[in-house]
Amino acid sequence: MSQRAAGSRLALPFPGRTQRVLPGFGLSLGISLTFVSLVLLLPLTGLVGQLAGLSLGEYWAIISEARVVASYAITLGAAAVAALVNAAFGLLLAWVLVRYDFPGKRALDALMDLPFALPTAVAGITLATLYSSNGWMGQALAPLGLEVAYTWVGIALAMAFTSIPFVVRTVQPILEDLPHEIDEAAMTLGARDGVAFRRVILPHLWPALVTGTGLAFVRSLGEFGAVIFIAGNMPYETEITSLMIFVKLQEYDYVGASAIASAVLATSLALLLAINLWQGRFIRRLHGGN
Amino acid sequence: MQRIGDAPALRRLLIGAAVALSALFLLLPLVAIFAQAFSQGLATFWVNVSDTYTLAAIGLTLFVTALTIPINLVFGVMLAWLVTRFTFPGRRLLQTLIDIPFAISPVVAGLVYLLLYGRNGWLGGWLDAHDIQLMFAWPGILLVTVFVTCPFVARELIPLMQAQGSREEEAAVTLGASGFTLFRRVTLPNIRWALLYGVILTNARAVGEFGAVSVVSGAIRGETNTLPLHVELLYQDYNTVGAFASAALLALIALFTLAAKAGLEWRAARREALA
Repeated sequence: MSQRAAGSRLALPFPGRTQRVLPGFGLSLGISLTFVSLVLLLPLTGLVGQLAGLSLGEYWAIISEARVVASYAITLGAAAVAALVNAAFGLLLAWVLVRYDFPGKRALDALMDLPFALPTAVAGITLATLYSSNGWMGQALAPLGLEVAYTWVGIALAMAFTSIPFVVRTVQPILEDLPHEIDEAAMTLGARDGVAFRRVILPHLWPALVTGTGLAFVRSLGEFGAVIFIAGNMPYETEITSLMIFVKLQEYDYVGASAIASAVLATSLALLLAINLWQGRFIRRLHGGN
Repeated sequence: MQRIGDAPALRRLLIGAAVALSALFLLLPLVAIFAQAFSQGLATFWVNVSDTYTLAAIGLTLFVTALTIPINLVFGVMLAWLVTRFTFPGRRLLQTLIDIPFAISPVVAGLVYLLLYGRNGWLGGWLDAHDIQLMFAWPGILLVTVFVTCPFVARELIPLMQAQGSREEEAAVTLGASGFTLFRRVTLPNIRWALLYGVILTNARAVGEFGAVSVVSGAIRGETNTLPLHVELLYQDYNTVGAFASAALLALIALFTLAAKAGLEWRAARREALA
């Protein structure tokens, strides 16, 4: 697929030599490599440098400290809940935005991108204010005995808010490209809506749905600005791992911060790799095992 | 022909649920920002926004953003040109590498820069000896902002330039166009809207970055305090109305971003319909 687009080489009559037709190869290669090395790769060496002085035992001691382990559990649990909530919400919104026409649809569609456009600190103070005991939502939920701000639920809520666009925007294009014949056939054969959706539509959306949910999960694991205001940040109860790194830094414990950061970094890179591999396998299976 | 989910009752139920949930979780927070910012009237809002420290924070944020955009614009165009117009070993790897900032938590991004350029870092010692301070000063804020926003322009351009192919450009070269003429007359008209959207996304993120900036800034009022950090400071000082006044300015930029995206999409859809 990309071979055509990227194949602007012209074969010369001399075997083994090719020449590029378009100009700017040297310039764009030079600038890109310089930028990638200096901006993206060089800083990562600082992390390696900090960790090089640690023995494996010391490293393990830092990343398995009780307060830090508690933060992993809170972060992973809240991110999982946020991702699952987004899977359901994203699927509903993608369906409604693609399949139905109604007044205000364009505005609703635009609204889906709000969490990416809004600075995370703004989202953080807004959610904390809304769900605090005298905020609009806090007052509405108090009679139901639901406390959101400064609890684990608040962390999950903030994570869910910032990662809303992932599922909607990955499922939407796939749903748009589904041919009409697919569900017409199912309806002609007399399937009910629920059954037809589960058996006919969902299998097509599955890869996009899992990818979007996975991306939402990874984003939630690293979220900081939106979460810290509503979290309350109580040790062992409402402290997320990003905050633990921040706390270590404020104590000038650079080694501790680096150790925890490396664990976070390894986890998110491994998850992204897994999502990519899974997606690749699924696409190969759809196209007949090539 | 009937399609799945076309029954009127089901349709109304699903649309109703989608609209209600979106109003509750997306629209309500947006409304709350402005309600809080103006809760003590327009005059108080104005006093908060024109406060010396707020103005300094706005100035710093605009300054850093104004430097970030051209840097990432040049890098994004160069990288997109490189990976969509040439084949070479390592092309795939390069495309994967530019996604690093999306995979890294902002706090970790700030941390790696602090480790490298901070007083204890291996470059920091040299910088210190030459009296150059990057961390806890605006250059550090600029560095991490460039880092977190560098994928946006490239990410918008690569799929588009890949789909368009290079035939028009090859024709231009055959007709004797120079590199600069080729880019200005052939490539740029084809990619300008994607380029514009990439810049808008870069702008939105650069203005609003919090986690990475808060690690390297030091948040000195009037000096290294960006607008999002200023929002945090005011909020921690229990000056909620002041915090939301600054937050409203940031929310306006977010709304502008959404409007620009909707506008560009509408334009693309109309062109497709005409074609």
